[in-house]
Amino acid sequence: MADNNISVRFDVDASDFSAAGEASTKLKKMLRQLSVDPEIIRKVAVAMYEGEINMVIHANGGHIDVEITPEYIKMVLADNGPGIADVSLAMQEGYSTAADSVRELGFGAGMGLPNMKKYTDEMHITTELGKGTTIEMLVKNNA
Amino acid sequence: MNNIIHSVTLDKEKCKGCTKCIQLCPTQAIRVRNGKARIIKEKCIDCGECIRVCPYHAKKGVTDNFEIINNFKYKIALPAPAFYGQFKKVDNISAILNALIKIGFDDVFEVAYAAQIITRETKKLIDSGELLMPTISSACPAVVKLISIRFPNLIPNLIPIISPMDLAGRLAKKIAAEKTSFREDEIGTFFISPCAAKAMGAKYPCGVDKSYVDGVFSVNDIYRKVLPFISEKSDIERLSKAGFNGVCWANSGGEVAALERENVIAVDGIHNVVKILEEIENDKLSDVEYAEILACTGGCVGGPLTVENGFVAQTKIKKLAKKLPGKESIDNITADVMMNAPIPYNKALGLDDDMVTAMEKMKRMIEISDTLPGLDCGSCGAPTCRALAEDIVRGYATKSACIYNLKAKILELAEGLEEFKGLNNKNDKS
Repeated sequence: MADNNISVRFDVDASDFSAAGEASTKLKKMLRQLSVDPEIIRKVAVAMYEGEINMVIHANGGHIDVEITPEYIKMVLADNGPGIADVSLAMQEGYSTAADSVRELGFGAGMGLPNMKKYTDEMHITTELGKGTTIEMLVKNNA
Repeated sequence: MNNIIHSVTLDKEKCKGCTKCIQLCPTQAIRVRNGKARIIKEKCIDCGECIRVCPYHAKKGVTDNFEIINNFKYKIALPAPAFYGQFKKVDNISAILNALIKIGFDDVFEVAYAAQIITRETKKLIDSGELLMPTISSACPAVVKLISIRFPNLIPNLIPIISPMDLAGRLAKKIAAEKTSFREDEIGTFFISPCAAKAMGAKYPCGVDKSYVDGVFSVNDIYRKVLPFISEKSDIERLSKAGFNGVCWANSGGEVAALERENVIAVDGIHNVVKILEEIENDKLSDVEYAEILACTGGCVGGPLTVENGFVAQTKIKKLAKKLPGKESIDNITADVMMNAPIPYNKALGLDDDMVTAMEKMKRMIEISDTLPGLDCGSCGAPTCRALAEDIVRGYATKSACIYNLKAKILELAEGLEEFKGLNNKNDKS
């Protein structure tokens, strides 16, 4: 079965805010072509979009590996950014370390990680200060 | 829905097989095959973008033949507010409406008037607090279709209220039946439309079980017919009833302006529409109360079946509307404006209903895609290399459709021939 799974990698470019969301849009299109239930697509898209934005704001970009199976959609977001100092604090709604310049653009409301958790069935964060962060998210396809 | 007919026809003589339309279609619903454009009807949302961009005017919006009005004993014209913006020199809406009577209609019912009732009911529904944010206007049938095929998650965000055209048809029949001795089925209602999408909406209604519009004519066709009959003499009957807010629905921003709320957005132009729907789907606009989303640039005045430049018409609409009362007395009119049929999710973009089969197809698609040049040149007749890969997997095209691949193949063959020639010469000499 594993052979039939689809794996794709999306690079997240940090130079451009308006480009953030492209990976999410591309993945959404793929899931639609795969006849995945719209509600599942929505969860994946929102979680992925928030993750992408985080990588652009905090981590100077990175890449996202997506694995699509009939049972689940797994997203692994990896960056070489500054790492998260206090994960439990970062998980609180409204907590943000984003710079004012970023907030002025309407981002950095402190809802990124909480939303990612809310829209996924499983989420694991591995982070090391100065090295980077890897977030694994899984959405079950139980349509 | 097996017999889906779409709103655009192709004049094969005029189509040169250029690739303008395939590149700009928002649902990638057009291919060029055997030198002519073809619409994949399951994917078409009737937005009319291809009509607009065709440099050879080979695409035409489908509307009805004017003669069909004679199938009815009492004929009512339902002019879209955008119709008023077509007449540069006319300063009185009643002059336009009287001309409609002169070309053969017995009565007129302004869609702008119905739009005011829709606004009143929309306000009530927003105030109820039961709608999903942002609530999306369902007035533009092309946008409704786009959502049903490309953004199915947003179907619940569509306001479950019928379009001003549908309401106008319904009210016109009801009021005329009370006023005359005719039955509703003897009364014909004919929408004068700026776009092909609404023509389809009248024939294949979405969100309502039955259409109350019996025919659709293009603004363009009716404009030509009424032009000789327009008179602005003071003795003409005052037929204009709609107010400022209703007439301004013709322009982008008109529908939300009438709602008198702050947290609203108005988006127009099909490519802007796609972008904003992506944002709504990414949950980025949940603080917006209401979104007016129109497929045509500038709103309905920018429709592909209009005569006047959309921006010029916008100004004309504003000038005409300024002379009208704000909210004409629509308050005593009760009307059922709620949709009574679901808006279905159109799965035409899926590779297969079964996910495992769809995954196999996608794997092949990715493999094929990797062998294509990625130029999205359109020479094969598909809008992008990925779309060609999809067509190949679906069995509609072959790899040799790609001229770059073909060129490489021929080059390889030529090299082989060259080599063969060399070998042959050598053999001859020895």
